[in-house]
Amino acid sequence: MPLLDVENLRTYFHTRNGIVRAVDGVSFSVEKGETLGIVGESGSGKSVCVYSLLGLIPSPPGRIESGAAHFDGSDLLRCTPEELRAVRGKRISMIFQDPMTALNPYMTIGDQVTEPLRVHEGCPKMEARTRAIEMLQSVGIVDGAERLRDYPHQFSGGMRQRVMIAMALIGGPELLIADEPTTALDVTVQAQILDLINNLQQSLGMAVILITHDLGVIASTCDRVLVMYAGRFLESATVHDLFQTPRHPYTEALMASRPSAHAKGETLYTIPGLPPDLSTEIAGCPFAERCRHAVDGCRECELTLEDVAPGHQSACLRVQAGEL
Amino acid sequence: MTRFLVRRVLGIVPVLLVIVTLVFFMIRLAPGGPFDSERRVSPEIIKNLEAYYNLDAPLHRQYLAYLAQLARGDLGPSFKSAGWSVNELIGLGFPVSLELGFYALLVALSIGLAAGITAARRPNTLQDYAPMSFAMLGICIPNFVLGPLLVLVFSLWLGWLPVAGWEGIEYKILPAITLGASYAAYIARLSRGGMLEILTQDFVRTARAKGLSETRVVFVHALRGGLQPVVSFLGPAAAGLLSGSFVIETVFQVPGLGRLFVQAAFNRDYTMILGTVLFFATLILLFNLLVDVAQAWLDPRLRNQGV
Repeated sequence: MPLLDVENLRTYFHTRNGIVRAVDGVSFSVEKGETLGIVGESGSGKSVCVYSLLGLIPSPPGRIESGAAHFDGSDLLRCTPEELRAVRGKRISMIFQDPMTALNPYMTIGDQVTEPLRVHEGCPKMEARTRAIEMLQSVGIVDGAERLRDYPHQFSGGMRQRVMIAMALIGGPELLIADEPTTALDVTVQAQILDLINNLQQSLGMAVILITHDLGVIASTCDRVLVMYAGRFLESATVHDLFQTPRHPYTEALMASRPSAHAKGETLYTIPGLPPDLSTEIAGCPFAERCRHAVDGCRECELTLEDVAPGHQSACLRVQAGEL
Repeated sequence: MTRFLVRRVLGIVPVLLVIVTLVFFMIRLAPGGPFDSERRVSPEIIKNLEAYYNLDAPLHRQYLAYLAQLARGDLGPSFKSAGWSVNELIGLGFPVSLELGFYALLVALSIGLAAGITAARRPNTLQDYAPMSFAMLGICIPNFVLGPLLVLVFSLWLGWLPVAGWEGIEYKILPAITLGASYAAYIARLSRGGMLEILTQDFVRTARAKGLSETRVVFVHALRGGLQPVVSFLGPAAAGLLSGSFVIETVFQVPGLGRLFVQAAFNRDYTMILGTVLFFATLILLFNLLVDVAQAWLDPRLRNQGV
């Protein structure tokens, strides 16, 4: 049984300019201990998708229209706010994109890192402190005891992200959701943080959902990948299969746009057109307008992920039909 | 920190000097003098009076003499209340204004913060519109309307509270509410704005993701940042509240500083005007200093800059 099983999740934003279908019917599951990557461009609904699971969608305007998210026998989308709070930060933790703004500038690191322990376990202050120092040590902040009294602005970006990770992992979660954890960091620090997440994942045995728009990050860290576009999943495969034999034209186009896929000096490939406007209903495949393989049927079909190889699913009608 | 405080306190002195200078010459430019009156007074008496109060000396000498007096902490004798010094008069009125202002500040803070935070938690719903409309009313109704209205309802119709005077605690309720109402309204609007801004910040989302209760998110994580606009406003507001209000002291017959100041201006009581202006200016400057210290205490990022 998977650790987390999401079925047909739809999250819409009811704005003045109409209904924005940010996440439109996605299903996926995460096994214990695995790393699932969700890759997609900005605005494709990656973050909204995971925020929905934890009830972090600002509402109004956001609303979860349908779906279920089974986590250890309970449905996260239907449980009470109290039940959800007991899961958040304890069994499922999150780290966010920008460590500059995701930590509270008005509170000391010590207060923030120990807070999950005190709130979820009623842990006494001194014990929480000891565990926070240990946790900071394991994320590479060796002088934790002295730094507990510091404020976030006294740390560098990479260090702040380490603090975020310590704060997320201190409760020993079964699932860590990392929302673009390295996007706001230097390239050198990026690698350190990804290594750190990987090492901690192995030593703690937790599952990780890693959200990113960086295929390189996916390649170096994930077991399985979901490719997201316009609020839907277009492809699902193991990392190896995805990079070796992408089975969706969008994934192929993404691979072709990577700078490393080009010789130096050559003009970079870009996908023609723009992602569709999510406030109008999209019939058929959302990528059809930009796809060079699109046929008339693509604009009418019902979009479903189907097996095209063992463990490899694609939503492309023509791939499913064996035409590509 | 100590160095910062000493520097800021010393910085107050030149500001006060500028204020004294401006006011000293401005009030003497205004037509009329302290001893003009409807009754005809013989020129000899006027002359004697002016000589007694050093008003016959050249202006720059009067100015220097006044500064010398100030340096000793003496605000001079009142020209109109014979036998009283300005220090004594302020000493009489200030405790009353201080007490009234303190109650009014309590009213303003408790109502204002409660309304603002309540509104910010559910923006653009009834929970927001109701307190904010109330706040708008508080800003729009002038205190010379609100005061008599409250007296009419609570003193004359219901008979719960005394009409006017300054004795037991029951005498202080209506003036405190009247004085605090408009400040409460501003505080409500400022705290709503501040909280709304903070509640959309990433770190509030982080706090929610940690599984904290809404109460803890709002009061432990958001409040400090959300209150910053209120704290900035509190400096001048507290100085204004504590230094008395002419209208409220008149409506409720409260023997505070506000009436003293206005009467002094009408009487051309030069030393009294200068004394009250200086007193008010010092209060404002001190409270602004206090606000800066409070802000550094609230926001650790400000502590290393300039402090």
